[in-house]
Amino acid sequence: MLLKTKLTLSLVVLLAASSFSSAYARAETPEQKGLRIAKEGDAKDTGFGDFTANMVMTLKNRAGKSSRRIIRIKTLEGKGDGDKSLSLFDEPQDVKGTKMLTFSHGLKPDDQWLYLPALKRVKRINSRNKSGPFMGSEFSFEDLGSQEVEKYKYKFLREEPCGNGWKCYVIERKPAYKYSGYSKQIAWIDTKEYRPVKIMFYDRKNALLKTLQTSGYKQYLGKYWRPSVMNMVNKQTGKSTMLQWSNYKFRTGLTSRDFNKKALAR
Amino acid sequence: MKGYLPRKALKSGGVYFLPLLLPVFLSSSGFAGELSGNISLEGRYFNHQGAFADQQKNGGLSLSLLPEYKHQWDNDHKKFTFTPFFRWDQHDKERTHGDIRQLDYLASKGDWEYQVGISKVYWGVTESQHLVDIINQTDGVEGIDGEDKLGQPMVRLSRITDNGSLDLFVLPYFRERTFAGKKGRFRAPFIVDNNATTYESSRKEKHVDYAVRFQETVGDADIGVHYFTGTSRDPVLNPIINNSIPVGLQAHYPLITQVGIDLQYTGEDTIWKLEAISRNFEDKKLDDYSAVVAGFEHSLPGFESGAELSLLAEYHHDSRGEVPQAAFQNDLFVGARFALNDEASTDLLAGAFIDLDNNTQSMRLEASRRIGKGLKLNLEGQVFTNVDDKDPLNAFQKDDYIQVELQKYF
Repeated sequence: MLLKTKLTLSLVVLLAASSFSSAYARAETPEQKGLRIAKEGDAKDTGFGDFTANMVMTLKNRAGKSSRRIIRIKTLEGKGDGDKSLSLFDEPQDVKGTKMLTFSHGLKPDDQWLYLPALKRVKRINSRNKSGPFMGSEFSFEDLGSQEVEKYKYKFLREEPCGNGWKCYVIERKPAYKYSGYSKQIAWIDTKEYRPVKIMFYDRKNALLKTLQTSGYKQYLGKYWRPSVMNMVNKQTGKSTMLQWSNYKFRTGLTSRDFNKKALAR
Repeated sequence: MKGYLPRKALKSGGVYFLPLLLPVFLSSSGFAGELSGNISLEGRYFNHQGAFADQQKNGGLSLSLLPEYKHQWDNDHKKFTFTPFFRWDQHDKERTHGDIRQLDYLASKGDWEYQVGISKVYWGVTESQHLVDIINQTDGVEGIDGEDKLGQPMVRLSRITDNGSLDLFVLPYFRERTFAGKKGRFRAPFIVDNNATTYESSRKEKHVDYAVRFQETVGDADIGVHYFTGTSRDPVLNPIINNSIPVGLQAHYPLITQVGIDLQYTGEDTIWKLEAISRNFEDKKLDDYSAVVAGFEHSLPGFESGAELSLLAEYHHDSRGEVPQAAFQNDLFVGARFALNDEASTDLLAGAFIDLDNNTQSMRLEASRRIGKGLKLNLEGQVFTNVDDKDPLNAFQKDDYIQVELQKYF
């Protein structure tokens, strides 16, 4: 089974950005401003410690036929490095018990181990195909990987209303890591709480590939925003994948021992 | 039949551990466990008649059941698992067998983890041979790739460190390998007589084996080293002579000590792998030996559809040379893995083993995809070509086969 995963809440964190500081406005280039917004968004999400959540992934093809994946996620916030995350697969039934451990880094490729329950085998895998689909869905591994600030080069484009009465900063992000499937991404991030609202993904030929819309935000611990729905639509194939998040729990007491290679085989 | 019916497995391993497991049952908060597993129907087709008298002609059907009961609590730090296994085979009554794959309790707390009961562990990194994977006995009647294992009674204590772990194993009961019966394929001209098994240890299957394994991740490298002392999982097969005519085979299990290493370096495109062992026999009449398998898996750029292709090559060496126990004395495995990454998780692995001494070749194919909800289709086949008379694979030369398996998960 060549299942590969990379699941961290990432997308959420990643997009966090913005807040217009007028003091620097005039002195900043659009690139500097984009980076500053990304850093501020990242800073706003630090300190969560750890969290667990459940995810239901619904894949729909153009004919409307759907299939489902169920995954539980455990994430430990990294100190000085990227986050560690463990994904546990409950569905489809033939991959039940499969687990994926990811240590994310900045520009350095993530470390990733897969646990195959039938063989009880822990297998370290490479990240060459981060642009490939995650479990046949419209999300690729790079979409779901932890989004460290260093992974992109940013450029602030404009500010505009983005629904719900929210105002958003529109930022262009170009992947700075190797083997991305994208030439660029355009992200809408709300100026108040740094919540990603929408991302448009452009393929290597610079044609619009996918659009992600994120909604149903709730705040946890009075600080950390997490979405309940993420809908990715492939504009080239008409297929779509919806992620529904539930049962978020923060500061559950997870430690690095729960993210040891050994913990995969538990 | 002296196979591994659940009754026997229970007698061998289960009873040992029941007193230890009982308090677990009682103390665990409720019995909110979950049941899952699969039932599989397998059809095999052999396009040649068997090489030996009595062998099944063109294959047949087989049905297997692998349920798993699992109960986890205390934030997943405690776990009870029960996984019995049973297979029925149309022709080979030795392949009709049962086993307790797992019946154990696992607990982890901080830097420590322990496991007690019948269980399975996997060591190693390479794909075409599993040299260092010594804890569990091979369930030989399941398949010729050696990847199916019998449940092993064990007590494991592990110390978890920042980037690795140290495992100590006490293995109080030995499991005999399973071999094909009279009507089975993938066997020698003579049948292994399960009632004739001998051991070097006077305690026979009750000899207590010990193993230690240390593993560590250092950046892009994963390193494992192990030490094992006890009864070898690999038997020496000796002919049983009656009136100076060979009538069968007797499995003899010698005492060994073994050290081994497994190494993987995970580059962005290419993964490098190595497994090596050095085995010493207590019995000086048996030759000590070392063996190694090393190679790489290289990922090619993904296709636009999301599909990916990787190429594999692994070289095998065994210091014993061309002897019946060493099929991979100077062999090369080359293969390709193709994953569609589609909704049905379709993937395919094709490869060939080439004996660099006598040019014996064997080609193998494995493919699988999900069908709808809860069903999986597996395809497997192997052909043996140009088999040298002296090669250990010689006995299999009429056993080219194709196997289709439909699995229903629940």
